[in-house]
Amino acid sequence: MVETVYSAALPVGEKLLVQKNCLLGHRRAGRRVAIVTGMHGDGLAGQFVAYELIRRLNESPSKLRGMVDVYPALNPLGLSARTHGVPQFDIDLDRSFPGNASGNLTDALASAVFEDVVGASACVIIQSSDSFVQEVSQARIDEGDSSSLMRIASLLNVRLIWLQESAPTLRSTLAHALNERGTPAFVVRLGSNVSQAENEAVWIVEGILRLLKELRVWSGSTIDLPAPMVSSGDDVVTLLADEPGLFLPRIECGAQVRRGQVLGLVVDSLEGVVKSELKAPCSGLLFSLRTYPIVYPGSLLARILEG
Amino acid sequence: MRRGVIYHIDVPHRSPMRIRGFEFGDEQGDRCCAIIGSMRGNEVQQTFICSTLVSLLAKIEREGRITGKKSVLVIPCVNPLSMNVQQRFWPGDGSDINRSFPGNRNGRSAERIAASIMGVARLFSYGIQMCSFNQSGEFLPHVRIARQGPISNKSLAIARDFGLPYVIHRDPTPYDTATLNYAWQACGTHAFSLYSRATATIDTSSAKMVAHAVLRFMARRGIIEPPDDADEGHTHASKVLSETELIDVRTERSSGFFVSFASVGERVRKGQRLGTVLDTMDAHTLESLASPVAGQVFFVRSDSLIQQHMVAFRIAPE
Repeated sequence: MVETVYSAALPVGEKLLVQKNCLLGHRRAGRRVAIVTGMHGDGLAGQFVAYELIRRLNESPSKLRGMVDVYPALNPLGLSARTHGVPQFDIDLDRSFPGNASGNLTDALASAVFEDVVGASACVIIQSSDSFVQEVSQARIDEGDSSSLMRIASLLNVRLIWLQESAPTLRSTLAHALNERGTPAFVVRLGSNVSQAENEAVWIVEGILRLLKELRVWSGSTIDLPAPMVSSGDDVVTLLADEPGLFLPRIECGAQVRRGQVLGLVVDSLEGVVKSELKAPCSGLLFSLRTYPIVYPGSLLARILEG
Repeated sequence: MRRGVIYHIDVPHRSPMRIRGFEFGDEQGDRCCAIIGSMRGNEVQQTFICSTLVSLLAKIEREGRITGKKSVLVIPCVNPLSMNVQQRFWPGDGSDINRSFPGNRNGRSAERIAASIMGVARLFSYGIQMCSFNQSGEFLPHVRIARQGPISNKSLAIARDFGLPYVIHRDPTPYDTATLNYAWQACGTHAFSLYSRATATIDTSSAKMVAHAVLRFMARRGIIEPPDDADEGHTHASKVLSETELIDVRTERSSGFFVSFASVGERVRKGQRLGTVLDTMDAHTLESLASPVAGQVFFVRSDSLIQQHMVAFRIAPE
């Protein structure tokens, strides 16, 4: 059942609609789980997750015991215009929570979504890495919330759980706002490109079904992947560009790398020379890799989970 | 006047980006006042105000009117790379320099730039930043203080020295904790954000008003001698308001063409019609926007199209 969570008139014969698909099981008194995506218009991997999850749940309605709310497009105008934020606002929607019902459109939208999700037994927020970097599937959890979220995040079939330092700027994210109000919530990040991320997204859908089963919302069979690696942040090595140029990766994101292995080159396309070689300073899982090739000093090139 | 390069960064296929600073007064003197201009590529007015100040301070320095052993720093443009392509954020990864403070010299590009600015700006007693809003519209020039512990209480009292019509204070949101203003206060600098009417275009009258407000502030704080033609006639006894006291006039039920009848700075009565929303197909009135209070128009939206749930006006109540 498709329901409208937020609506605002646009100037020329259109309405901005934030909608959810509310999938109800035969036991209506069961728990509710929310799957939220489409927050950033330049990250599309969640679109596939929403489609595939709804398809799977509709395929076996008798196995659904509670309620699953799927919100595929929190930022429908951004998805249309391919903008990270909400067009015309230059605002990252995920820095607007819990929102303000009497504020501007983005604040009112954030408030409507927040109030609709809050109270769920769990909320999974699917996001894509930005258009500059490819990443392996990962759950990102604020270390302050880690004790309660580790268990459910580990069900999601991600390759990595990254416990992140509680940065003050992250206190206006949807995940933080929900956790503050007692609704367990965390972010799952996938690759930025739909076709690249589709394979991982299939496993994330299986992981969401595992979560639903754990919460007794779903009684179907599930496929489990090995437990994810867990990083406390201290074992993440971030590699930044020292020089400007064109970055040519020499490895795939998600590969295990050895210390000293060449990961990529920064070249000069005017002089036709290699300016620097990027070598792995340690062995481990390469879980982020620059995809947009133009780089500046300080551009993120790669991240390795040491070990 | 001493010119210097605060930071430079090499970029592909373009000249190195150089952040230029202009220092006035005694090189070894007390570092009194740092003035920072644009951080985003569309902040043309903010750069213009600072460049005007560079010109005015050069004249003041030539006339020997910088008092005692004091120095003043102006950085008109922190992000020339974005301004030259008229892009708001850092082109390398879309990050906002004014959400990258206090920065990190070995971090991401925007963090390196922020760290270089903090490296010099934190040495000054007063920090003045020319800011813009992310909303398209005109504002009454004002000073803004983000409340951050005891230092901001004193800043609030000092802010009246700008002589602008309003001093607005507010509690910072989590997202504000990575701004220059926040970082300045964290290291003991009195931080003031100055807003003029415009952002992407030059509004000469409000630019002049803000530039003279900065000079007035410096004169009242004993950094420069007041000019002979002290513009006391333009000085306002600042009204101090909390952000929450500003009254929003919002489109509650419609969207369409937005037509404003009110101007920034205009005194309005309770119930006075400020603007209207018209249907984009047949131009009939969909919603009339009236002021719920008597006061002064503080903000007017400038876009001609307006969505539902958008603030069209903000009123500073009497």
